[in-house]
Amino acid sequence: MKTLTKELPATSRKQKLKKLLFSPKLAPYTFVLPFILAFVIFFVYPIISTITMSFQNINIATSEYVGLENYSKLDNPKFYAALSNSARFTFWTIVILIPFPLITAVFLNSKLTYLKNLFKSALFLPALTSVVVGGIIFRIIFSDMEEGFLNSLIMSIGIPAQEWKMQSNTAMLLMVLLASWRWMGVNILYFLAGLQSIPKEIYESAEIDGANAFQKFIKITLPFLKPVSIYVLTVTIYSGFSMFTESYVFWRNGSPNDIGLTIVGYLFDEGFSYGNLGMGSAIGMTLLAIVLIVNLIQLKFFGLFRKED
Amino acid sequence: MVKSRIKLFLSMIMAFSLLLVVACSNENTDSDADSNGLEEGESNTVEPEEGTEDATTLSLWTFVAYHQDHFEYMVERWNEENPNEQIKLEMTNYPFEEMHNKLLIALQSGVGAPDFANIEIKQWSKFLQGSEEDISLEPLNDMVEPILDNAVEARFTNYSKDGNYYGIPTQVAATVMYYNKEMMNEAEVDPMSIETWDDFVEAGLKVKDATGKPMTTVESADTWTFWPIISQRGSDLIDEAGNVIVDNEINTETLQFLSDMVHEHEIAIPAPGGNHSAEEFFGFFSDGGAASVMMPAWYMSRFRDYMPDMAGNIEIAPMPAWEKGGARSAGMGGTGTALTNQSEHKDLAKRFLEYAKLSEEGSIALWTILGSEPPRWDVWDKPEMSEDNEFTELFGNDIFEKLSTIRDDINPINITDDSSRAIDLVSNQLLYNVIREGQDVEEGIKKVADEIRDSQ
Repeated sequence: MKTLTKELPATSRKQKLKKLLFSPKLAPYTFVLPFILAFVIFFVYPIISTITMSFQNINIATSEYVGLENYSKLDNPKFYAALSNSARFTFWTIVILIPFPLITAVFLNSKLTYLKNLFKSALFLPALTSVVVGGIIFRIIFSDMEEGFLNSLIMSIGIPAQEWKMQSNTAMLLMVLLASWRWMGVNILYFLAGLQSIPKEIYESAEIDGANAFQKFIKITLPFLKPVSIYVLTVTIYSGFSMFTESYVFWRNGSPNDIGLTIVGYLFDEGFSYGNLGMGSAIGMTLLAIVLIVNLIQLKFFGLFRKED
Repeated sequence: MVKSRIKLFLSMIMAFSLLLVVACSNENTDSDADSNGLEEGESNTVEPEEGTEDATTLSLWTFVAYHQDHFEYMVERWNEENPNEQIKLEMTNYPFEEMHNKLLIALQSGVGAPDFANIEIKQWSKFLQGSEEDISLEPLNDMVEPILDNAVEARFTNYSKDGNYYGIPTQVAATVMYYNKEMMNEAEVDPMSIETWDDFVEAGLKVKDATGKPMTTVESADTWTFWPIISQRGSDLIDEAGNVIVDNEINTETLQFLSDMVHEHEIAIPAPGGNHSAEEFFGFFSDGGAASVMMPAWYMSRFRDYMPDMAGNIEIAPMPAWEKGGARSAGMGGTGTALTNQSEHKDLAKRFLEYAKLSEEGSIALWTILGSEPPRWDVWDKPEMSEDNEFTELFGNDIFEKLSTIRDDINPINITDDSSRAIDLVSNQLLYNVIREGQDVEEGIKKVADEIRDSQ
């Protein structure tokens, strides 16, 4: 190296370096390089390696290609149970986590509501709480014992005590409730942001034309919130199908009759509990395919791919 | 045309990254570790008092923080006795799932594993998968074989494969019956007089008449009731050759018996909360909800931690035998310490492990520090073993006298690649459906056995 520097005149070296640094062709790449690197290392590489792993049988030191065996093994009752649970969970979270946050956001945005900031932060608080901590509280509330919090409440109005974590319908209720509690505030935040971007003038001119509050909501608020709603819907579908935590905090070792088994829960079981990483990867890829298809249909349906004018 | 394709591609990438964000936000879930002492993931280093510079650093991963107490004690004694070979032991406790997953990934990738790891028995199959070259744990035969004659051999067999011993057990984990003395007195039944399961049912009927409470509870979401009884009878979920034998004759008969206790004699109920380690169960049992519970000896610490009101009111007795003179216990659960092949000081690590867990002093410390029954039974009659400690306070000083009568009754359990799956299916499908929902035993057991076979 030293000999090299001596041979080159110092000025020309500097100039060359300067030219390189200020080159309009190279600079943009330099600036996006950190992102590209992070994307390649943490996103592209794991995805590609997951795809290859899904065709392999993986042991600790060795692995062998087994073709489509992992995928063909997915044809089993457990996977269908997981699929059905995840789909129902997604359905219920969509039913709850879009209309309710939307209406709450409208109320929170209204001039007539008192203590807006208090409610905003109170509703957002669950999103900041660890879901494990929240889950423990939920477990205590929904204790199977007759002395449990909710059981003692419903028994006082004449309903028999329920074993919440042991029955299929109440199991789904528990998971949906925990998810709703957790995500309500986040979705309200999205809708609030959307509401605040609606120009006030439109409401004013509607008032001059004699529109009432309900008409304003239907004709102005809802159409303007469409992009936000589509975003929230997309995210809800993703998080619904990839739900794991809500089920995991209730049933650590697996749920009776798989009433709480989700696709990611099944992935976790196969990949980590049973040490079958190839199968886990296959489940992951299948999940990805399902979610992509569902969302592409949904986005098409709401006209996201239509030409913007 | 091209533009719309690019658009579609871009939106797919966006969709991809969204999914990943959502998936990532779902991480970080577990917190199963016992909270005694250490916080999760916090390291605890035992350093020699002087001459730290020459000390060799060894590392240990645990999933139950108080397992470290024993190692801490033993490393201090080692350093006292071996001034020329000081050891600095770095101990880290992780939540249950996290520790086993981290270890598996460290072994798969070939970097980052500790010297020692405490692996829970049901997790062992993950680490003994595949052929010998896949196993990234060191065989420990040279330290196990010499003491095998004086130890409960089955416990070593659990952590072995093809004649190689990879783990040093922490406890015998002998299954026993914990009787509620008060309730048994009320029914005028002496727990020690119950010898067989038939006696148990008879006593159960008396208890039910006298107290109106069930005699015992059966786990419907875990296997701590079903598995000990089939193991006691020489059966298992999977046989030595790796065949699924969940639906063999002994198992079917045993499950029918459990089902009859619940549905026909009505002397047992499904455990509240599904298993004997649920919060619901601790409350239920310490309120005198049932007259007995069958669990391994390590369950003593659950009484200490979660049901302290029961002190002095519990009588430990061997399991009832299936027929007169039959085996009266089964080794269930447990933790084995393994030495990974990534250890840089294998020789020293081996000698320390032998000292800590297999030497006489180490074995005694397993009881005095940890409250677990040392696998070496030749120390069971040492005077230290009947000295007062927090367990003798709860259960009396004759624990080892009772355990000595059943030490030969303990059969090994077979842990193979399919074990985790078999345990899960038996717990969450079979026992749930039969014990709770009253499903027909033969139909249920066949279905679950076939499902495990199909996945092989």
